[in-house]
Amino acid sequence: MRQEPFETLYAPLWDRLERQLSGFENPAGNQKSPRTASDDPALFPGYYKIVCNHYALARSRHYSPALVMRLHQLVLRGHRQLYRPDRAWLRKTIAFIGSDFPRTLRQHAAVFYLALTIFMIPAAVTGYVTYHDPVMIYRIMDEAQVSRVEYMYDPRNRKPGRDMERTSETNVRMFGFYIFNNISIGFRAFAGGMLLGLGTVFALLFNGLFLGAISGHLSHAPYAMVFWPFVSGHGAFELTAIVISGAAGLLLARALVMPGALTRRGALRKIAPQALKLVMGAAFMLLIAAFIEAFWSPSSFSPQVRLSVAAVNWTLVIAYFIRAGKKHES
Amino acid sequence: MSRTAPHLDTIVAYETPEGIFLELRPAGPVVRGFAWAIDFMIRAAGYVLALIISATSFFGGVGTAAGLIFVFLVEWFYPVFFEMIKRATPGKMALGLEVIQADGSPLGWPSALLRNLLRAADFFPLFYFSGMVAMMLSGKFQRLGDLAADTIVVYADRKNNYRKIPPCPPKRPPRPLSLTEQRLIMDFAERGDLLSMQRRRELAALLPFLVKNNEEPERTLLAFANWFSGSR
Repeated sequence: MRQEPFETLYAPLWDRLERQLSGFENPAGNQKSPRTASDDPALFPGYYKIVCNHYALARSRHYSPALVMRLHQLVLRGHRQLYRPDRAWLRKTIAFIGSDFPRTLRQHAAVFYLALTIFMIPAAVTGYVTYHDPVMIYRIMDEAQVSRVEYMYDPRNRKPGRDMERTSETNVRMFGFYIFNNISIGFRAFAGGMLLGLGTVFALLFNGLFLGAISGHLSHAPYAMVFWPFVSGHGAFELTAIVISGAAGLLLARALVMPGALTRRGALRKIAPQALKLVMGAAFMLLIAAFIEAFWSPSSFSPQVRLSVAAVNWTLVIAYFIRAGKKHES
Repeated sequence: MSRTAPHLDTIVAYETPEGIFLELRPAGPVVRGFAWAIDFMIRAAGYVLALIISATSFFGGVGTAAGLIFVFLVEWFYPVFFEMIKRATPGKMALGLEVIQADGSPLGWPSALLRNLLRAADFFPLFYFSGMVAMMLSGKFQRLGDLAADTIVVYADRKNNYRKIPPCPPKRPPRPLSLTEQRLIMDFAERGDLLSMQRRRELAALLPFLVKNNEEPERTLLAFANWFSGSR
């Protein structure tokens, strides 16, 4: 068939598909124009397949470039509508927190324990050393930094957990700061996985080293009874989330360093959505941690109450990861 | 189909389940750098505004908290938001780019998040050095975030520029022409409106064996194009 009869024969169909596509792309503008029987959305896949066929024909018959381009555009737009991802985000979010996130973490338990080890070993070493020798902290931090954290957890400090510049801040402002600071740390630990894991390992080591050193140093009177009630409450969420972000980064790194039977690109593409689940879950936990750290941890409840709540928090977090979403797990 | 000739340009073809090839035109580092610069200026303007609002003690602690949360959200989720809602950030839109999956389908939430959270790795150590290296090596100008999310940044389709061959009495060419040659002449006829009269004449005169010292060579080619496309 020559081009012109081909065009006259099928142009009405192309126009119909184009009308449908414009309707799908702008759902708001579509309401006004009356819908005819041939615009039934159920007919769209059929139209699309036919136009795909026309595009292939037009190319192989060497019809004019403008016609081929028009059909190509129709096909491209149709492809986007037909293969559009599901956007039911609210239902997905609930399902994600209820079962998908803990399930994904259980699936990658080995990587989680690896991240935990990278975090805990330097923390245990520096914690032990600074606990037994108060001078050792100065090997890790300089004097200004040490006096800053000592001030933060000094019983005379009206607002525990805040340094000199921040004692006058309100809890709300600290909430904003914790979100900004802590979730960014989690995201960066994750992104570091793309640098063959070096960024992630560095983030975990660095955080473990400093947190261990500070904890060891402050585990003596007079700081201990301010420090532990303050940090243990949100620590359940915060520390777990940082390690999970690290595990997500290590998943990416594993795909790059040890892709197995797949290409590096293929391994990365396969694991990335899972790693994303972990890091988004961790971000959600850091949000909870920021809330606790800003409003609960500095509150005037007695240390005993806050330590009990901390115990509950840790139990909740651990139980959540062990139990949640187990019912339908295959 | 599109793999017959070696490509000098950067077009990538993706074969759909229907067995046809979609052609996508990935955008390179320079144009994406400019898009980033535009977005950066927009973000900077937002930060200045947030700073002014949070500095006025009218809102007190709530104002500064909102300011910090705003900075956090913009820093990490500004591209995610615009790429999901509008298929491109304002900077990309201004330069006619959009983000899609590497298979030509629209961007999904997981990919939008992945490609933008991994931006921090692309930036490392400074000024998107890692991202630039990845773009150079990947073949589709994908930075690290794009590789993990399986996305590409492409030039968005220009508006429908479908033109018909101007009708005129068809004429048979003096000798048989191959399909490719026929297609070239039809392309010339369709795009004639974009060229000046003089340029059209000049181009048509480059085919002396077809138009034979004719006064109006471009009209002869137009007649051939009508012959090929079938109005006889």
